[in-house]
Amino acid sequence: MDTVIELSGVVAVLGQFPALAGVDLTVQRGEIVLLQGPNGAGKTSLLRVCAGLMPIERGTGNVLGIDLATNREAIRSRVGLLGHANGLYLDLTVMQNLQFWASTVAATESEVSSAMATMRIDGRLSGVKASQLSAGQRRRCALASLIVRRAEIWLLDEPHAGLDAAGRDELDALLRSAVASGATVVLASHERDRALGLATRTITIDGGGAA
Amino acid sequence: MSGTSINKRRIAIAVARKDLTIEWNSRILVNQVAPFAAIVMVLFAFALDNDGILQRVAPGLVWLATLFSMLVVIQRSFTVESADGALDALRVAGVDMGAIFVGKAVALMVQLFVLELMLVATAVVLYGVEMTLTGFCEAIVTLVVATIGLGSVGTLYGGLAAGARGRETLLPLLLLPVVAPVLIGATRATEAAFGSGGTTVSEGWPWIGLLLVFAVLFCAVGTVAFGPLVDE
Amino acid sequence: MAGQSGTGTSATRRLGVLVILMLATLALCGLWFSAEDVVQGSTVRIMYVHVPSIWTAYIAFGLTALCSAVYLSGKNRSLAWDRVAGASGEIGVLFVAVSLVTGSMWGRLTWGTYWVWDARLTSTAFLFITYVGYLAVRQLGGTHRQRARRSSVLALLAILEIPLVHFSVTLWRSLHQEASVANPNAKVALDGLMLFSLFLGLIAFTMLFVWLVLHRQRAMMLEDAFSDRGLDVAIAARRNEAGA
Repeated sequence: MDTVIELSGVVAVLGQFPALAGVDLTVQRGEIVLLQGPNGAGKTSLLRVCAGLMPIERGTGNVLGIDLATNREAIRSRVGLLGHANGLYLDLTVMQNLQFWASTVAATESEVSSAMATMRIDGRLSGVKASQLSAGQRRRCALASLIVRRAEIWLLDEPHAGLDAAGRDELDALLRSAVASGATVVLASHERDRALGLATRTITIDGGGAA
Repeated sequence: MSGTSINKRRIAIAVARKDLTIEWNSRILVNQVAPFAAIVMVLFAFALDNDGILQRVAPGLVWLATLFSMLVVIQRSFTVESADGALDALRVAGVDMGAIFVGKAVALMVQLFVLELMLVATAVVLYGVEMTLTGFCEAIVTLVVATIGLGSVGTLYGGLAAGARGRETLLPLLLLPVVAPVLIGATRATEAAFGSGGTTVSEGWPWIGLLLVFAVLFCAVGTVAFGPLVDE
Repeated sequence: MAGQSGTGTSATRRLGVLVILMLATLALCGLWFSAEDVVQGSTVRIMYVHVPSIWTAYIAFGLTALCSAVYLSGKNRSLAWDRVAGASGEIGVLFVAVSLVTGSMWGRLTWGTYWVWDARLTSTAFLFITYVGYLAVRQLGGTHRQRARRSSVLALLAILEIPLVHFSVTLWRSLHQEASVANPNAKVALDGLMLFSLFLGLIAFTMLFVWLVLHRQRAMMLEDAFSDRGLDVAIAARRNEAGA
């Protein structure tokens, strides 16, 4: 089996506060791992560390074989992170947003249209400014730009939040098909029942560590 | 694999186009910043209260108004990135920070250039400035070269001052000392272009040389320094 | 190693004594033994503080830039480089302030004005503001490494800007002929003892600078170690949150 994420005793800080206080985590390729735990447990920070965004203070780790301590910038282009924010430009339309994100990864027109169709943001919605979308619609935009990224690891922070029932079903289907094409998914979610049906493994995060 | 071998030039173009599209969609420059700059010019007239002096110092007033307006435009340039976590998303995308710098700097330069044209026109109207044709050409060249420098250094320090609490107020403190050479050079060159106080057009070219040095220096330095300054 | 109760060691104490002796000698030479200037009279004695101050400030900022460059040059450089850069920057700002104040006083006593727009004074004022900005950025927070990287890049940018600003300001003031009379120390004829006192001042101030930087960077090291220890405590407390 192919280990895509391996963390050992990782400490990560926000200013002086230890968001992660010694985390051990191993994720294999093709898994859908659910991180659950109370607010402030460190789930968001854990995802950001895996994305190579957040530096680690102590411990060791590697993602896709790339060392977190020395070379975390190289991880970034190979993973996709969906945080609390959606990463949209509020003054651009849906179409303009997607086209911009597509151009940063040299995705083709057809990839963009199919991603938009999958997330049901094509048609009328594509000409609407992002600031005028509902929270759920913005989430779908963010997911569409994630599809276009063709990431090897999907790191999702509360991805179901704001989506209606149809949206959640679509998301689950999307994640399963991503895994089927070789990706790995790590998601943090409060939605225990929902995500339990989706996830292959559940890890509880509390007090900045994996229980 | 996404992101690893993407053409940096294309990224810079995409970022520049994105920033200019945002401005086009929201019209902040046209609706808010330009009127602000124009009012600053009018307030100068109230404060200085002397037509002869106004005409004499018109170049300085144009560039002062530009610098003050520039602070707002730079902060706007980075607010759009942090409003919905877009800069974070750009960093996760592994997009080359130097390319982002160039894109944002170019977009900033375009916006500043438009603003400066408007301010020069305002000076001609409000302060009774008269230019010869060569003077006008010199003025345009001055605008272009000075703006390249301002756009580069503004994007660089704007990135540093972006976002987190207690940082936005850093921008004036960090930026204004650095752009002093531009203020000095651009004002002297514009004086020559306007013919203020009896200066001839030919006296302006050395100052344009200074502006060129500044522009080249900060374009090069900014491309390299932007990533380390902005990254976590 | 630094003592338990402070940042001094036997070496810094010896240095400190030497500095005091030199400063005392400087005061004697400058304020008592050396001659007055023909034109300026006793006010020329400000020179013995003003010139060494700005000289030391230049050394300080050069050191800041050097340490910042070293810090950035390798992948895993010691944070000590950043601490020395920061300490040097702080002390440098102090000396620039002294230089500005003494320069202003000198101008007031000699020419009757607190400020003149001559090239050197204006550039010095810019130097001051630029490094105040550097100190502000050092206070932005975050981890030690984040602070170090940000500050190092900024220090190198500052070293780049200062000559540019100085050059522009000099060019600017050269347009105005009256600038040349504005610098009080341009017209002082120095005899033997005055020259000696000036050099003594340069050396004494430089050693004072070294002494100050040694102490300050040790204090910073202790501060950093303290907050790291705080991190250990915080980590333990954090783990205890779990399962509570």
